[in-house]
Amino acid sequence: MTLTVTDLAIARGGVPVLEGLSFSLPSGKALILRGPNGIGKTTLLRTLAGLQPPLAGRIEGAEDQIAYASHSDGLKPTLTVVENLSFWASVFGIQDIQPALDAFALNDLSDRHAGNLSAGQKRRLGLARMLVTGRPIWMLDEPTVSLDKNAVRMFSDAVRAHLGQGGSALIATHIELGLDGEVLDVGLNKAKPKPIDDFDGGFL
Amino acid sequence: MIALLLRDLKLAFRAGGGFGLGLAFFLIVTVLVPFSVGPQSSLLSTIAPGVLWLGALLACLLSLDRLLALDWEDGSLDLLATAPLPLEAVVTIKALAHWLTTGLPLVLAAPFLGVLLNLPVPGFLWLVISLLVGTPAMSVIGTFGAALTVGLKRGGLLLSLLVLPLYVPTLIFGAEVARRGATGMETQTPLLMLAGITAATIALLPFASAAVLRINLR
Repeated sequence: MTLTVTDLAIARGGVPVLEGLSFSLPSGKALILRGPNGIGKTTLLRTLAGLQPPLAGRIEGAEDQIAYASHSDGLKPTLTVVENLSFWASVFGIQDIQPALDAFALNDLSDRHAGNLSAGQKRRLGLARMLVTGRPIWMLDEPTVSLDKNAVRMFSDAVRAHLGQGGSALIATHIELGLDGEVLDVGLNKAKPKPIDDFDGGFL
Repeated sequence: MIALLLRDLKLAFRAGGGFGLGLAFFLIVTVLVPFSVGPQSSLLSTIAPGVLWLGALLACLLSLDRLLALDWEDGSLDLLATAPLPLEAVVTIKALAHWLTTGLPLVLAAPFLGVLLNLPVPGFLWLVISLLVGTPAMSVIGTFGAALTVGLKRGGLLLSLLVLPLYVPTLIFGAEVARRGATGMETQTPLLMLAGITAATIALLPFASAAVLRINLR
């Protein structure tokens, strides 16, 4: 399952941010998305996840293949860790949440309410959600925010295991994850400001 | 889909879930009306069907702004939109969960509150029937309003203003069924109209709600 993006242009709030973006993401590979703040990394991930339409260009192989993790984890504070995770598991039609709990060391927290978790623990729970989606392409937006060193290693192990099973991952991050993925710097595809074409030359 | 319904019900019953808010409001309105209009029992029994319907409608309105806003704030609406569930199913389940936690308790509480307003005896059955048929439409219309205003800060005000005119047909025919039932008149025509409105909103509005939600999530 290869994700192919051809000549993509995207906009945030009506303003074009990226244009002419082409890349492909074959299975078993990770692609690290880099670029300065505000360049449109989140917008790119949201577009690929199907939450908003692109301005131009084609996205192939994304339909129902993408598991998307945004800045917020989508956790319900009054549900326990296990209840949160098994809800997403049953939405995606997966029965077993134990591997996800193991991968992010959540077994000891399983009966805690998500509202009582620390920021890093919440993030780990949010990332564990990716494991219960069963989707081949992971889209992660700043996945390591508020994680400690140990948890970052758990995360890169989980990504590596996912790549080993033929999955792929597109990760927007600023830190070194120790993954041997290619780097895609979207800073080069910054959309140029539109030339003003209603300039009245005859007036001069 | 069942998982989403169970999660929403669980959330509603847990601390801070807002279950009981509508019910408490309904109770307050019907308890206070006799104090404000005076104790003449003939006047109370005349206005009882209308007051009970209005109270139920406002109680329903009160709980709408949390319907989708909470899911939007914590990011789960984005995640649900990328999940294998179609958004039409998500909004239908959300409306069903809202009805089960708000509409149904109002229907069940209405006969007890009817006693406080001296509702005539034949009116009780028709009050329950009319609320049972009418409240699902209020949940579905309310979900549409919530989808329109999701993502707006303090969207509750706009939501009420948008939804209120859409509630008018349900209120007119629902209160008419209860009023005619209470006075022993024939109720078939308004009841059929009420059922028609409910059936039409359930059939059509989830598609509209899903469409506006897709636009609002961009």
